[in-house]
Amino acid sequence: MSSKHPLNAKAFVANDERMHWHDKALWFVREKRDITSKTIPEWEQLREYANSIKTHTMANLDKYLVEFEKNAQARGIEVHWAKDAKEHNEIVYNILKENNAKKIVKSKSMLTEECHLNPYLIEKGIEVVDTDLGERIVQLRNEPPSHVVLPAIHLKKQDVSDTFHEHLGTQEGNYDPTYLTRAARASLRENFLNADAGITGVNFAIANTGGFVVCTNEGNADMGANTPKLHIACMGIEKIIPRLEDLSVFTRLLARSATGQAVTAYTSHFHGPVVGGKMHIVIVDNLRSPFLKSEKYQKALNCIRCGACMNTCPIFRRSGGHSYEYVIPGPIGSSLATFRDPKKHKTLSFACTLCGSCSNVCPVKIDLDAQLYNHRQDLTQQGIIDSKKKFMLKSASWLMSHPTLFDLAGKVARKVVPLLPKSMLYTKSNVWGKNRDLPQMPKNSFKELYKKGIEDDK
Amino acid sequence: MKIGLFIPCFMNELYPDVCVATYKLLKNLNIDIDYPMSQTCCGQPMANSGCSKDIETLAKQFVETFKDYDYIVAPSGSCVAMVKDHYGVFFKDDADYNKVKTSIYEVCEFLHDVIKIDKFDVSFPHKVGLHNSCHGHRMLKLATPSELNIPYDSKLKNLLSLVKDIELVTLQREDECCGFGGTFSVTEEDISIAMGKDRIKDHLDSHAQIITGADMSCLMHMDGIINRNNENIKVMHIVEILAGVEK
Repeated sequence: MSSKHPLNAKAFVANDERMHWHDKALWFVREKRDITSKTIPEWEQLREYANSIKTHTMANLDKYLVEFEKNAQARGIEVHWAKDAKEHNEIVYNILKENNAKKIVKSKSMLTEECHLNPYLIEKGIEVVDTDLGERIVQLRNEPPSHVVLPAIHLKKQDVSDTFHEHLGTQEGNYDPTYLTRAARASLRENFLNADAGITGVNFAIANTGGFVVCTNEGNADMGANTPKLHIACMGIEKIIPRLEDLSVFTRLLARSATGQAVTAYTSHFHGPVVGGKMHIVIVDNLRSPFLKSEKYQKALNCIRCGACMNTCPIFRRSGGHSYEYVIPGPIGSSLATFRDPKKHKTLSFACTLCGSCSNVCPVKIDLDAQLYNHRQDLTQQGIIDSKKKFMLKSASWLMSHPTLFDLAGKVARKVVPLLPKSMLYTKSNVWGKNRDLPQMPKNSFKELYKKGIEDDK
Repeated sequence: MKIGLFIPCFMNELYPDVCVATYKLLKNLNIDIDYPMSQTCCGQPMANSGCSKDIETLAKQFVETFKDYDYIVAPSGSCVAMVKDHYGVFFKDDADYNKVKTSIYEVCEFLHDVIKIDKFDVSFPHKVGLHNSCHGHRMLKLATPSELNIPYDSKLKNLLSLVKDIELVTLQREDECCGFGGTFSVTEEDISIAMGKDRIKDHLDSHAQIITGADMSCLMHMDGIINRNNENIKVMHIVEILAGVEK
């Protein structure tokens, strides 16, 4: 499937009512984020600290990963290394097989989405239940999440009701959110109690303690990690922070940026297996280390997956997460996807007006709009952008480099365009004019007026 | 003090009135201003479309044209941001470019920060909504973006507040993008139009009669949508209001 953002966006925009509903829901979160971030006087300083800690960590990643492994092993956690998605999935499956685990409860993890762990395990005959409510909804619908923090934000309560009616046997047409939530909870409780293993993601892994932290608002990670005797945590190499002290910087930024809460309802620290149980951690590269070598895109690895850039992005709000056709959507996803597979995701860095709001909202100060600008240049250099477009822009540059010719072209346009009938002006190839009027053509350019002497006619 | 007036290519061709207003506004302040004839385009449309390598000649031509002025002033935030932020790749430690980079100003920024103007002898008895165009707003820092937790200031509002009888309306989303975005307006036409419509609606809901701003490109995009849909609102470049042009 090739990425084609404009077409996907067209489909999303076509339902005006739903598009505006989506836009307003995310803008509401962005406003909540503004309010809570402004209650902290040192907010901008915190962002700077977060940026510095992450940048330092990435420059010393090998050292901190080894330190983490040593300290985690000392706590009785078994550490595994995976170079890519395939290895990651195989490691997880082998652990499950060794422990004879057939039913899995899984809390939200964008890494396992990226590795397509669910379909892999299901194919092997393992039952996998996503336990984050939003994730559960999209799992029942067989859809990917459309947002990293709000996976089902593209759906309305009517959609959820229909899905639950079909899969959980709730009353048809009962759209009451409390009723639907209770139904989901009852069903999930069954799954927690009968699970053989729990899989979680990792928000932060702390090198100097060998422990890790998982943040949720529903407590589902805690249920999944503590009820069964086997806990597998999956993390990308970039989730490391050096010291426990550093954590406070990130926990203060994460929830405020993500949902406008002061802190996530559950910020759970894991420092070893439950009594009589086992804990494994799988550390995955999967195309992360190339970022470390790239000066232009390195900072993309600093992302803590708060989703603030998605909530603020005026294009994301109006096109929905699925329009990006990548596991991480929005501004950060556009940069990650384009770096990893520029051919496949060539439209994503152009799904942006370079408004810069994402870079200002980012709690770890990733230079998102600059990265998207750079991707566009790189795509051209690699010959990936449309050759017709390239030719037009090259011709324009050439024309602009020849002032006399450029002036002449303008003069001709100003003379000819007003004489043309509307049917010749507003043709299929005039995309600008499809839903917009063209500006009125003036008689003279400024240059012509200036030559005549502006002061004279004052 | 010699000022070089930089007029963006599309404004030269399509909005000569705004350019004249800019020229007269500065001239009436007894500023020695000159419009160099060899200028064309800063290269922003090509660079934002991924063809920044193709604009090297334009960038060199721009610096050559403007290097000897004390200040370079332009009625367009995004073109100024282009010269400041994206020419660096063509000029490594180049004295002429460094001078151009540090002496180029968006016209409101120039009036506010360099001239430090404290009065305009004009009246504009209308309800006005200010559109903070993204590049001027966030790159040139013409005002504090709503995302940041730093003390609020707006150079554009400070200038408009010097105009008599003007009423600035409050928008729901003060610095939301209008959806122009250069070639984005064509390559992502559906989103661009949706964003433009929403931006205009915010002004209409706030009972603005005029949408103003420091970037004619954003205003051109919104004006096109306004005219197509016969909305009861007009656009005016901020310089026209400051120069006392009546609409």
